[in-house]
Amino acid sequence: MYPAAFDYHAPGTIKEALDLLGKHKDDAKLLAGGHSLIPMMKLRLAQPKHLIDLRKVPGLSGIKQDGNMLAIGAMTTHWEVESSSVVKSKLAVLSEVAALIGDPAVRNRGTVGGSIAHADPAADYPAAMIALGAEMVCEGAKGRRTVKVDDWFKGLMATAVGEDEILVEVRVPVLPASTGAAYMKFPHPASRFAVVGVAAAVTLDGKGACSKASIGVTGAGTKAVRAKGVEAGCTGKKLDAAAIEAAAQKAADGVDVQADLQGSVEYKSHLCRVFAKRALTEAVKRAGG
Amino acid sequence: MATVAAERLFGKSIKRREDPRFITGRGQYVDDLKIPGMTYAAFVRSPHAHAKIRKIDTAAATRHPGVVAVFTGKDMTGVNSLPCGWDLRKEKKIPGVIQDLAIVPHMPLTSDAARHVGDPVAIVIADSHEAAVDAAEKVQVDWEPLAAVTITEKAAASGAPKLHEGAPGNVAFKWEIGDRAATDAAFKTAGAVTVKKRIVNQRLVANAMEPRACVARYDDATGELTLWVTSQNPHVHRLLMCAFVLGIPEHKVRVIAPDVGGGFGSKIFLYNEEVVCSWASRKLKRPVRWTASRSEAYLTDAHGRDHVTDAEIALARDGKILGLRVKTTANLGAYLSTFAPAVPTFLYGTLLNGVYAIPAIHCEVTGVFSNTTAVDAYRGAGRPEACYVVERIVEAGARAAGMDVADLRKKNFIPKFSGAFQTQVAVVYDSGDYGAAWDRMLQMLDYRKFRAEQEAARKQGRLLGIGFSAYIEACSIAPSKLVGALGAGAGLYESGKVRVHPTGMVTVFTGSHSHGQGHETTFAQIVADKLGIPIEQVDIVHGDTGSVAFGMGTYGSRSASVGGTAILMSLNKVIEKGKKIAAHLLEAAPKDIDFLGGQFQVKGAPGKAVPFGVVSLTAYVPHNYPEGLEPGLEETSFYDPSNFCFPFGAHACIVEVDRDTGNVRILRYLAVDDVGNVINPMIVDGMVHGGIAQGVGQALCEGAVYDGQSGQLVTGSMMDYALPKADMLPMYETDRTVTPTPVNPMGVKGAGETGTIAATPAVVNAVVDALAPLGVDHIEEMPMTAQRVWKIIQGAKAR
Amino acid sequence: MKLPVKMTINGQSYSHEVEPRLLLVHYIRETVGLTGTHVGCDTSQCGACTILMNGQAVKACNFFAVQADGANIMTIEGLAKDGELHPIQQGFWEKHGLQCGFCTPGMIMSAYQMLERYPKPSEELIRHQLEGNLCRCTGYHNIVKAIEWAAEHMPAKK
Repeated sequence: MYPAAFDYHAPGTIKEALDLLGKHKDDAKLLAGGHSLIPMMKLRLAQPKHLIDLRKVPGLSGIKQDGNMLAIGAMTTHWEVESSSVVKSKLAVLSEVAALIGDPAVRNRGTVGGSIAHADPAADYPAAMIALGAEMVCEGAKGRRTVKVDDWFKGLMATAVGEDEILVEVRVPVLPASTGAAYMKFPHPASRFAVVGVAAAVTLDGKGACSKASIGVTGAGTKAVRAKGVEAGCTGKKLDAAAIEAAAQKAADGVDVQADLQGSVEYKSHLCRVFAKRALTEAVKRAGG
Repeated sequence: MATVAAERLFGKSIKRREDPRFITGRGQYVDDLKIPGMTYAAFVRSPHAHAKIRKIDTAAATRHPGVVAVFTGKDMTGVNSLPCGWDLRKEKKIPGVIQDLAIVPHMPLTSDAARHVGDPVAIVIADSHEAAVDAAEKVQVDWEPLAAVTITEKAAASGAPKLHEGAPGNVAFKWEIGDRAATDAAFKTAGAVTVKKRIVNQRLVANAMEPRACVARYDDATGELTLWVTSQNPHVHRLLMCAFVLGIPEHKVRVIAPDVGGGFGSKIFLYNEEVVCSWASRKLKRPVRWTASRSEAYLTDAHGRDHVTDAEIALARDGKILGLRVKTTANLGAYLSTFAPAVPTFLYGTLLNGVYAIPAIHCEVTGVFSNTTAVDAYRGAGRPEACYVVERIVEAGARAAGMDVADLRKKNFIPKFSGAFQTQVAVVYDSGDYGAAWDRMLQMLDYRKFRAEQEAARKQGRLLGIGFSAYIEACSIAPSKLVGALGAGAGLYESGKVRVHPTGMVTVFTGSHSHGQGHETTFAQIVADKLGIPIEQVDIVHGDTGSVAFGMGTYGSRSASVGGTAILMSLNKVIEKGKKIAAHLLEAAPKDIDFLGGQFQVKGAPGKAVPFGVVSLTAYVPHNYPEGLEPGLEETSFYDPSNFCFPFGAHACIVEVDRDTGNVRILRYLAVDDVGNVINPMIVDGMVHGGIAQGVGQALCEGAVYDGQSGQLVTGSMMDYALPKADMLPMYETDRTVTPTPVNPMGVKGAGETGTIAATPAVVNAVVDALAPLGVDHIEEMPMTAQRVWKIIQGAKAR
Repeated sequence: MKLPVKMTINGQSYSHEVEPRLLLVHYIRETVGLTGTHVGCDTSQCGACTILMNGQAVKACNFFAVQADGANIMTIEGLAKDGELHPIQQGFWEKHGLQCGFCTPGMIMSAYQMLERYPKPSEELIRHQLEGNLCRCTGYHNIVKAIEWAAEHMPAKK
């Protein structure tokens, strides 16, 4: 498999990268880990004329704690997230999500920023980012701006990043006290993408009732979405099995479920409910409920 | 000089001698080959399932920098259709033919119409692979899209789009086996329990890990063409290509199948690409290399299975099987692949007797053409389809009769025999002790204990199930005379040449081909034992028509039993000749010489002996030599077996179904196989494991799916076609019983396909059993993806 | 436009001018001539092309050679030292962890990283870590055994 020819650029600074992006516009594609883009180029489904490789741009990689946020550089790999001690201690669920992406070799190269900017509808991170309330930091010629996750995923492989911008960092709040989070996924048997994946973060109050629930659903629709119905069904309730079951019934509401070989609309909607229930159950358990 | 071996190797799990090159990255596969002046080919393929070709414009592609040539089918004048190597016509007196095989043309590059997505219409040859691929995009084909049919049951329906002028109604053939009247009578037996089920055996893609590839090099100076190709049978490739398609002299063509990365049937057949590259290399007088991308492999490697069957079983009140009636539609795809007509007929119908004493069987098969990739042999080839039908309908029958599935089987096994058991479907089994393998499996399983555990699990709402299969397999299909009478265009013997060098070192040339089977080890075990020399002094050569006399190749689990026996015959000839030489040296009569422990010795006089190495040296330095005996020590044999061999065994699978998602998880997998005597148990176990994984794959996740509207292959990549991965399989619990075959002197049967044949019904039966508490008594279709199982659960709940 | 690349493969340094679209696996196989790394698919599922790049297992088919400029690469050919098989290679041989041998280089390179990260893996972990490597011959049983064998025979880390 041979991709169509292109020009390759490996800028040394973010400014150079932005200049190249500004110059070549639609003809250019940013290259991070390449694990979504390169397969499409090999099949000639994508034929960018310019590839702008971000690997030499300093400061785009690494994980650090910044107050109550984990700041994850866009070029940080899934394996770095999976194996990071700070992620494991402050936001273990994110490490667990990373460990379910693709396979070990993919995790070594695939990046957080690449995944979130590519916004594959079956990617794992988006559900978690929604549940955890992440923010995306984009840099453009005029400087940086932060986009809340709820404003990020715009549609099929479409996000809020401007065409002259680069996603440089993902900021994820560490779990507050009395909060549990979990991600549960039904993997595609071949690609291991999520047929359906649900991430849940649940905060319990002093009495053991849910004071906040945050649920993200990926895989089923054209983009990852927040399951507002489930959240509403959880909030204020003591989340026993029956309450979780009841709340999870809304998991597919608002998801534009797409039928394919792996599932009809009916089946995928059902999986949304099943995995919402499983993720909630585990999250509540982890929250100490 | 040859030395004496320390131990007998037959039956020992010695490590494979081919492995060092593979584990260090020094295997030599076709795509590893680089030849000076080499060009690279890319094929232009149909994006449509069915379309007329109005015009092909190659001008822009030809002008593309680096392009050497662009050819279409019209350029290939004098080139014939790819042959079909199996006939099914009444005039040839092929038994069972109801409607003659429609032998339709299959041109290497189609120029009238494309009949499946991926059908090649042009080849672009360039100095680099990149240029070839880029230029291929510039070939302009003016298509006239036509309606397409991909679905097996619709292919021959009235109004279906017609694929070939010579095949009205898209019917390729109609064929039958067994006794229709006796079977109809059996179903009318008073009090009989009868069950009829629709059983679908879906379409599969072999997915050998190495994609197909070829390098063709024409030497203008000598007029010789060398073709390196991913083949399981290089001599067959050469014969078909030379005699049937290109019309070039066979002795001027050398076909080499070097290390080949798996075949599973898919590399038996002569394919368009290797023919076109060979032709183009002769035309351009330059080497041409082509390697399939995986996407091309999905579209063009012959697919496997694709049967839709109505099966009926009749049982007496006591559970004895009275009769079996089978009606199958087999989808052959768009063209007749090399052995396509044999698979759903003589490799299928003849196995429907299973391991049971069934008094009456009838089977009718209709082969149909459709706008899909051609279907041919895939690991098991016909036999898995037969076993699947028998083992599914037997369980359905047991359920209907209210009998335990294990008890019903045991009641119906053919009793232990050796020599001959005449089935109701023509073939004669060689030897069998089906009850012994079955009992061993039940013992390993602790069946009653499992049923108790299952009962407890069901009370907790868990869906735990067990499934069995008691299978029979037919391998080393022979003799040639018989297969010829059944329609084969080839013989099914094998050649083995043993060359003893002057120092007593041995090179063996076999017509079998190893693409994972480990012949360099197992065949050497046979040789070392027979000659009493260390295995290090034996080399096995295969896969090269330039050095191997002739060969039918490796498929149908035939290498040990047919290829191995041919070698053994040559070894016997070597020893006989050696005895004459030794007798002369020892001043004794040849009849008084024994060959023992690597020495020729005078009977009853162990002190009077001469080592093998001395005899071999004498054969090449014949100073002191028997009068009239030819010098040299090299023997060739062709072995044509007197019958098939019939391995058998008993498999069991325990699954748990996730009630919420429908996901199936395998908890245990047990296999007791009987493949006769075993040369290398480690290698046989390995093949059983791999076979099981492929069988499980068919049951749970694999399936080639075409879009019914567009005719596009939906599962055209490894992202979409789910191959079994390590984390969905358990450690297999395996054991063996040993019932040697009387057919060949080593008593070996064949092990390459057993697991694949047995596993699929065992897994599906287990899922049916798991869902039984919900009222499920049958599952029609595979693979049992989570969605499919979930829908079945929903359907059962709704009832 | 061709670009210069320089990298170390199995301890040897290589420099070439390459088209940016040249995949790393083709660079290794065709340009450098190390054909032990195989291509089994075009969607990065099969793992036959797995190599180690700067110590990490990556699929060389999913990578442009230009991205590997300056990298330190090890392929299957670089694993045995002075003719001595690596314990993973030995394990695959001892436990019959291969049949046709095509997936084997990738399997071994994946196992190499696995055992670096998890020196004493459970069967379950081995199976999960092999998610990115397909084998059509062995049914994985003996590959698991081979990796277990290797884990037992790996020299203690200094």
